[in-house]
Amino acid sequence: MVRTGQVLIATLGDELDDQSALGMLSDVADRVARDRVQGVLLDISALEIVDSFICKVLGDTAAVVKVLGAQVAVVGMRPVVAITLVELGLPLTGVATALTVDHGLALLAGSAAAVGPTGREGGGPGPRR
Amino acid sequence: MAQALTSEAEHAQWLLDLLTRKGADVVDAWVAAQERGSATLGLAPDPRSLRATAESVVEAMRVGLASGRVAEPAGPQYEGLRRLLADTSSRGAHSGATPTETATAVLTLREALHGVAQAEGLPGEALAQVTLVLGRLVDAMALLTFETFVAGRQDVIDRQSMELLELSTPVVRLWDGIVGVPLVGTLDSARTQVVMETLLQAIVDERASVAILDITGVPTVDTLVAQHLLKTVTATRLMGADCIISGIRPTTAQTIVQLGIDLTDITTRSTLADALETAIARVDALRGAARDRR
Repeated sequence: MVRTGQVLIATLGDELDDQSALGMLSDVADRVARDRVQGVLLDISALEIVDSFICKVLGDTAAVVKVLGAQVAVVGMRPVVAITLVELGLPLTGVATALTVDHGLALLAGSAAAVGPTGREGGGPGPRR
Repeated sequence: MAQALTSEAEHAQWLLDLLTRKGADVVDAWVAAQERGSATLGLAPDPRSLRATAESVVEAMRVGLASGRVAEPAGPQYEGLRRLLADTSSRGAHSGATPTETATAVLTLREALHGVAQAEGLPGEALAQVTLVLGRLVDAMALLTFETFVAGRQDVIDRQSMELLELSTPVVRLWDGIVGVPLVGTLDSARTQVVMETLLQAIVDERASVAILDITGVPTVDTLVAQHLLKTVTATRLMGADCIISGIRPTTAQTIVQLGIDLTDITTRSTLADALETAIARVDALRGAARDRR
């Protein structure tokens, strides 16, 4: 987990089992509360295999971060992972997504400054401009 | 030679004996019959190769008959004959012979064999029996060539539909950070899968933040097609890119509303030009946000 400026970047390893996923959730929650960051990027570019549980933990982590008052985005999802989630019917509704960490940082900066397309969220996003 | 032929084994033995002794005569008669008719096996215009083919077929028949079975060329002993006929048939198919021509060429073998068998001086009833058995064998051979022909054609069709699938889903880079897929033809689940995979890969490769799905070439949008479109849009968003659907014609828009398909969460535009304009505005906004951060 790396902090750059006001953003915390949490990288998820390729061997993410259920237990370490839950550990990641509480780690992120602790760091957000302690460091008072404004945004969190969940970098899942190393993640090749997802199941419904990992997807749920991702959604929960995003929700927890939002409750703690910070912005959140899932970044770097691989095509196979995206296809799997769509086929599983788990579109990560309400969670913002970005292509890379760079895009994610831009997205968080954009929503903080209230410019740019804010509702860039996965799945069934809110109304668009 | 006036013995009674009753069992299948006896028929096979008699035919084997005939082909061993009079094989050359059968080949002569068959080649002559093929040349009289317009249909030649494997479409060989060269008489020598026609003769060679005929000789190898007769030889393969002898190997098969040695098994003592004559009813149909199904046993392992007939493997050689089956392969030979399959080869000849597919060769004919490649050089443009119709399946009827190839089958007719095989069927003329019956005349040739019958003529040679008649000269053996069998009693009437035995000759009738042998003719019947011969007929069955040659018919089965002709059917085999037909089957091979159809299987060969099916291979071509399968390969072409695979090629069509790949050809029909090109992903193009429309602008810096914008990719587009012009969809042409009906969207089924197999095509959706291909579109999704190629589009998502292109998003990664081009680092695109907006993808445009142009459905100008999709003739009808029903609930199933709409569902496939929604899946693609959802996957694109999961990757972190925006997705715009363009090329919605007035009639398509009416159908979508009448079917009660909910596209309110998706940016839609009537033309690709409008979609591109929207996409460029989004990319610029994102860039602006990135600059502000620095």
